[in-house]
Amino acid sequence: MENLTPVLLLADAAKSFGSVVALANGRIDLQKGEVHALVGENGAGKSTLVKILAGVHAHDSGTFEVAGARVKFRSVADSKAQGISVIYQEPTLFPDLTVAENLFIGRQPKGRSGLISQSSMRQRARTLFAQLGVPIDPDRLAEGLSIADQQIIEIAKAISLDAQVLVMDEPTAALSGSEVDRLFQVVRSLQEKGVAILFISHRFDEVFAISDRITVMRDGSYIGTWNTRETDSNAIVREMVGREITTLFPKEDAAIGEVVLDVRDLTREGVFRNVSLSVSQGEIVGLAGLVGSGRTEVARAIFGVDAYDSGSVLLAGKSLKPGDPKAAIRGGIGFVPEDRRKQGLVLELPVGRNIALTLRNFLARLGVISQSSERSHAKDWGDQLQVKASSLESGVATLSGGNQQKVVLAKWLSTKPSLLIVDEPTRGIDVGTKAEVHRRLSDLAKAGVAVLMISSELPEVLGMSDRIYVMNEGQIRAEISRGKATPENVMEAATSRQKVVG
Amino acid sequence: MPVFLTRLSRVRELPVAVAFVTLVAITATLNPRFLLPQSVKDLLLNATIIAILAAGQAMVIISRNVDLSVGSILGLSGFATGTLFALFPDIPIVLVFLAGIALGAALGAFNGILVVTAGVPSLVITLGTLYVFRGLNNAWAGGTEHFSGDRPKEFSNLSVDTVFGLPIITLLAFAVIAAMAVYLAKFRSGRDFYAIGSDPDAARLFGIPVGRRVLTAFVINGALAGLAGVLYASRFSSVGARTGTGIELDVVAAVVVGGVAIFGGSGTVVGAAIGAFLLTTITSALTALRVDKFWQQAVVGALIISAIVIDRVSTLRNARRLRLEQARESFPALNEGEGR
Repeated sequence: MENLTPVLLLADAAKSFGSVVALANGRIDLQKGEVHALVGENGAGKSTLVKILAGVHAHDSGTFEVAGARVKFRSVADSKAQGISVIYQEPTLFPDLTVAENLFIGRQPKGRSGLISQSSMRQRARTLFAQLGVPIDPDRLAEGLSIADQQIIEIAKAISLDAQVLVMDEPTAALSGSEVDRLFQVVRSLQEKGVAILFISHRFDEVFAISDRITVMRDGSYIGTWNTRETDSNAIVREMVGREITTLFPKEDAAIGEVVLDVRDLTREGVFRNVSLSVSQGEIVGLAGLVGSGRTEVARAIFGVDAYDSGSVLLAGKSLKPGDPKAAIRGGIGFVPEDRRKQGLVLELPVGRNIALTLRNFLARLGVISQSSERSHAKDWGDQLQVKASSLESGVATLSGGNQQKVVLAKWLSTKPSLLIVDEPTRGIDVGTKAEVHRRLSDLAKAGVAVLMISSELPEVLGMSDRIYVMNEGQIRAEISRGKATPENVMEAATSRQKVVG
Repeated sequence: MPVFLTRLSRVRELPVAVAFVTLVAITATLNPRFLLPQSVKDLLLNATIIAILAAGQAMVIISRNVDLSVGSILGLSGFATGTLFALFPDIPIVLVFLAGIALGAALGAFNGILVVTAGVPSLVITLGTLYVFRGLNNAWAGGTEHFSGDRPKEFSNLSVDTVFGLPIITLLAFAVIAAMAVYLAKFRSGRDFYAIGSDPDAARLFGIPVGRRVLTAFVINGALAGLAGVLYASRFSSVGARTGTGIELDVVAAVVVGGVAIFGGSGTVVGAAIGAFLLTTITSALTALRVDKFWQQAVVGALIISAIVIDRVSTLRNARRLRLEQARESFPALNEGEGR
C-alpha cells in the first residue's frame, strides 16, 4: 500500500494566523479506498488541517499533492475541482432554501432549455435519499431540520458530488446509534468504490470500527500514523494527550440531600408525554436515550424556553412558572444547551462578556453595568475553569469547542445554580477537556448542586450518573439506579419498540 | 391537503396578490370609474417606475443587502436624459436609453465595490452614496430643469401610446420583471443570491463567489435605476436637481410588502413588483374613495407593518408545523393519539 501514490498528501504543512500558530507541522496521506481516522485533542490543529484540504485556508508552507500533482488551493472551488468534499461538524445549510436546492446549489440540474429543472433536481434528491435510506422531503425548507437530518443532507451532497476524497469532520457527533450504523454502511460502500475517506471523530469505538489507519495530532503537529489493527485505544489516547488518563469519568460519591427538581406528568403534545422525574442535592441524574427521543425538549420545557401543555415543574417544592426562563434562572436553574454555538454563546462578544452575561443584573448598579466588576467576575470564573484564551477580550468564536464549553459552564456556574441542566456536555470535546468537564460536574454535585445531565454517550451516562432515566419515543421508559445500570439495560430501554404501557 | 394547495400556501407572493385583487375589486365596486381605461392606464404608469426599481431592489435585498441610493441614481439618470436631448436634439432614443442604463450601472458598481471591499453594511454605504449622488446632481443641475418640450415627441409618447391597452413603458417594465424573475428562479447564478442572503458564511464555505454576486446585484440594480431615470424623463414633464428624491423608501416598502424578507434569503421579483402595484393602487384607490391624504399614508404604513407581521407569523406557524411533522416521524406511537 505504501508504494502507491497517495490520492492526497499533505506534508510539513504550516499555517499561522498573525502570531498564533494553528498548524506547525501537519501531515496526512490518504490512499485510494481507505478510511483514515484523524484524532487529536481540540486545538491539536485538526480543524485547520481540514480547512486547508477544503481550500478555506491556504497553507503557508509545506507540500500538498493531489494524485501526485502539487496543488495550492486559493478557494473552496479549487478544492472541489480536485474532487475533495468536506462535511463539517457544524452543518452549513441554507435555511431559506429547499432541501433539494441545498444539495445542488451552484450546480442545479438544467433542463433542455438551459434553465434549472426543478423536477429533475427533486428526482435526483429523492434518488440520493433513497440510496441513503432516509425519508427526507426534498421540497421542504432546510429551516428547522434536526442536526442529524442536516448531517445526512451534507453526506448526500458529498455523494452527489462524486467526491474522490471525502473529509468528514465529526460526522457522527449528532447522530444516534442507528444513524451511525447507516452512515457507516454508506462510508463502506464509498470505500469500495475507491473513495479515500478522512474520518475525524472523538469516539474511539467508531474510529476502531471503521478505520484502516489512524493518524494522531497533538499541539498542531503530526505525531504518527498506525494501522488500526495493530494498535488499541489506550495507545492512541496516550499519543493524543502525551500522558496516561486513568479515569475518564470520576464521579465521586456525594451526600444526597433534598429534592431540588420535581417534574410531574409533563406533556407537550407530539413531543413528549407524561414525563416525571426528580433530581436531588448532590445527585447527578442521567437522562439517556437516542437522539430525537425528546430529552432536550424536556429540558427546554423545564427551563421555560418552550411551553408545555400539561403537568408541573416544582423547584425546591415551589411550582415554577411555565414558559419563563427568567423565573427559572431566578429560581436557581442553569442550562448548558446542546448547541453551544447557537444557544450557549454570543459568538460576536468576547470571552469575558460571555461569561458575565448571566450576571448582568447582579453586576449592575442603578441599571448601569460596571465594566471593572464585569471584568473581574469574568476573570474569576474564567480562571477557575481554566479557559484557554489569549485574553478575556478575544472573540469567543475563535476558541476550540472544549474551551467554548468551558465558557458556557463558567457563565452558568457564576450564577451559583441549585440545579444545573447540561445537554450533551462533552459533545465534540477532546478527551482531556472531557475529563475536566466531568470532574467539574462531580465537584458541583459534591457542593450540593443537583445536576441533570443529558447524554448520548453510554460510558458518560454510566460513569457519571447516580440515577438514570431512559427516554424513548417521548416517554420515560426506565429508571435505573447506579448499581443496577449496565450498557445493555440502558440501551434496551432506549431502543425497544413501544409496548402497551400499563 | 392536496399537494397543489400545500404548494400554493407556501407561495410568498400570495398574500400581496390577494390583497391587490381584493383592493381593486372593492374600489371598483364602490367607484366604477376606477376601472375606466384611462384610470387603469394612469395607475399602470404611476406604478411602472416603482415596479422596475422594486425588481432591482428585490435582488439586492434577497442577497441580504439594501440600496438606498436608487432615488439619487434615478435623479442623475433622469437629468442626464434631459441634458442629452437638450444638447443633441437628434440623438437616437436607443442611445439615450443605453446612456441612462450605463450611468446607473456605473453608479451601482461604485456602491457594489464599496460594499464588497469595505465590508461595511450596505445600509450605511448606500445611505452615504444617496447623499453623494444627490450632491452631484445638485452641482450639475443647479437651478436648471429640462422640460418635456425639449424632448422628441416619440420619446414622450412611450408613456402615452398603448399596446393592448398597456402603456409602452409599462410593457417594458413587465419585460424587465419577467427577465429578472426567470434569472433569479432558473439560473444557477440567480439562485446563488438566495443562498448568500440565507447564510453568507455558508455560501462562502460552499464556494459561491459571494463578492462577485453582491457586486452583480448592485450593478443590475443601478442599471435598472438608470433605466427608471430615463423612463421618468419620458413620463414626467420636468427633470431637475430634486428628481426622484425620497423614492427609495417607496421602493423598499414595495419590496417588503411584496413578500421579500428584509434580511434576505427569500421572496421573489414578481412579489416585489406586485407590491409596487399594490402600494400605488392603494394611493389611487383611497383618492378615488375620497379618503384624506393623511390617512392614505397611515394606510400604507399599516400595510408595511402588517406585511412584516404576517411574514413573521407564518414563519412561526411553519416552524410549529415542521416540529409536529417531525414529532410524528420520530414518535410513530404518538400518532394514533393525535387524531389527525
